[in-house]
Amino acid sequence: MVSQQFTIIDPQGLHARPTSKLVGTASKFTSNINLKAKGKEVNLKSIMGVMALGIGLGDELIITAEGDDEQAALAALKDTLINEGLAE
Amino acid sequence: MGTILRGIAASSGIAIAKAYRLVEPDLSIEKKTVSDTTSEIKRLQDALTISISDLEAIRDKTKLELGEDKAEIFDAHIFILNDPELINQVEDKIKSESLNAEYALKEVTDMFIEMFEQMDNEYMRERAADIRDVRKRVLSHLLGVKIVNPSLIEEDAILVAEDLTPSDTAQLNRQYVKAFTTNVGGRTSHSAIMARSMEIPAVVGTKTATEVIKDGDLIIVDGLKGEVHVNPSEEVVQQYKKEQIRFEEQKAEWAKLLHEKTKSVDGHEVHLVANIGTPQDLEGVINNGGEGVGLFRTEFLYMGRNELPTEEEQFEAYKTVLEGLKGQPVVVRTLDIGGDKELPYLNLPKEMNPFLGFRAIRLCLEEQSIFRTQLRALLRASIYGNLKIMFPMIATLDEFRTAKEMLQEERQKLISEGIQVSDEIEVGIMVEIPSTAVMADLFAKEVDFFSIGTNDLIQYTMAADRMNEKVSYLYQPYNPAILRLVKMVIDAAHKEGKWVGMCGEMAGDELAIPLLLGLGLDEFSMSATSILKARAQILRLSKKEMEDLAQKALQMSTTNEVIAAVKAVIEK
Repeated sequence: MVSQQFTIIDPQGLHARPTSKLVGTASKFTSNINLKAKGKEVNLKSIMGVMALGIGLGDELIITAEGDDEQAALAALKDTLINEGLAE
Repeated sequence: MGTILRGIAASSGIAIAKAYRLVEPDLSIEKKTVSDTTSEIKRLQDALTISISDLEAIRDKTKLELGEDKAEIFDAHIFILNDPELINQVEDKIKSESLNAEYALKEVTDMFIEMFEQMDNEYMRERAADIRDVRKRVLSHLLGVKIVNPSLIEEDAILVAEDLTPSDTAQLNRQYVKAFTTNVGGRTSHSAIMARSMEIPAVVGTKTATEVIKDGDLIIVDGLKGEVHVNPSEEVVQQYKKEQIRFEEQKAEWAKLLHEKTKSVDGHEVHLVANIGTPQDLEGVINNGGEGVGLFRTEFLYMGRNELPTEEEQFEAYKTVLEGLKGQPVVVRTLDIGGDKELPYLNLPKEMNPFLGFRAIRLCLEEQSIFRTQLRALLRASIYGNLKIMFPMIATLDEFRTAKEMLQEERQKLISEGIQVSDEIEVGIMVEIPSTAVMADLFAKEVDFFSIGTNDLIQYTMAADRMNEKVSYLYQPYNPAILRLVKMVIDAAHKEGKWVGMCGEMAGDELAIPLLLGLGLDEFSMSATSILKARAQILRLSKKEMEDLAQKALQMSTTNEVIAAVKAVIEK
């Protein structure tokens, strides 16, 4: 299992557009991918689960991936978060 | 005997065809117990698969016709149907409670809808509507009910609906849809804007169209008068057929002027350009012989959403318009928001006098990050065409200088980041505040152009709220006071070798055009569909005679005298 912590820097938080991108990226991998934030853990392949967290500016989140392609999955998700200017 | 419905003429033209009602199907469901849960799950999966492929088709069509932006919502819908949390819960419910797929889907989605509706963020609450929309599609496949699908229309038809949503209009088969009529809406509602961009007649706000009209009724939509005739007599049909021919002939006559220059009989050339609100309006500009864009309102990028548009989104929109016009001028007005045009996510306080308040450039100079993001996007897009930047609501030279300085700063930053920026961008202002018109001689030394925004200039000069019916008699475009201000602005600009445009309603007005031509206006910016008519008019006018007319008008004492003088000249 691999995991990494991020902090949201986009003033708009995780809105539909970035969430779709993130969920889209996660869905390309077979690993189980979860997102932990605000004391809850959800499946990162579930757009409704992620949006329901209502993640905003300054929130910390931990992404964990477990499975055959866990390394690649985490790297791709990190790229998405950083390239979209969402988190650091 | 036929019935006549009256509404708002939202898009001109006349159409005669059978009605096609676009109304909600019956999706009521019952709770049932199933014995074979495996095949019930299969039924669910099949419905999901078909729904996803429906949505993919709609998304692709939308992307092609309306652009990436508008298609994104359908991507989100597809993600919802692929959501493992949602699907697993529905499948579990079918299995553990032996429920029918319809009911299990309803129960689980209801739970999600409730959860989103209770969130304290308006944006999240709206996501509940997305889930409802997607559920409707899956249910219709499960129930075998046809969702009315206007993309399947295969003969000439007039759409009759409560209202048309973007997802309805994206699916239209444009070959067969000859007109719209809706119960609700006004000239600026989505359906009205779509009708104008598709160049088909529309009458909106009829209140009762869906009640009165049945599928297959013969309908006449008169988009000139704002009338809908339901099952008219043969006599009325014949009369309208003649009118339709007249309208088409007129249009064909104007269409000959598509690539013509706009020159008066004595050889004075002016430019006719269009007011646009989104990149989708480009097609209309080109099809109507527009020689560029005189006013690109950028507010659309900021409205109907819950976050500011990113620099990248804005860049794409500006680039699309600049490239689409292939080097013809595009005057982009920077954000004109605040006051009556609200952006909920900016949390601006309510004002007593929004038209005199914190809006447009006043807001942009204060909320610098919003303004600078827009300027950067514009500067980056500048290399794709002939960009001109215009600041709205400028009241003082200080405001113009500050705004221009910010533009220069962003420009320098981009250049030092190695990003290419055009060095031929003209920078001008809207003249809509009387103080600026009065000081036009001094502004003219510093700006590259003026564009007179008559809607606001008239209301500020006459101190009359144009939304207030009690004082609407004071909204007088032909009042000599307005004409004198327009003349001051034009003369001041020409003295410094600068050009002047006009982008209010007045620029496309048959009675104003002779006066404006006489006063020396260089560029007339109007809705695209008015361009050819205006061109036809100017081709028949003499600049010299219009100068004389304008000179006389400036000395008249009332608006009615001016109107009478113009009419006498036009009708000659």
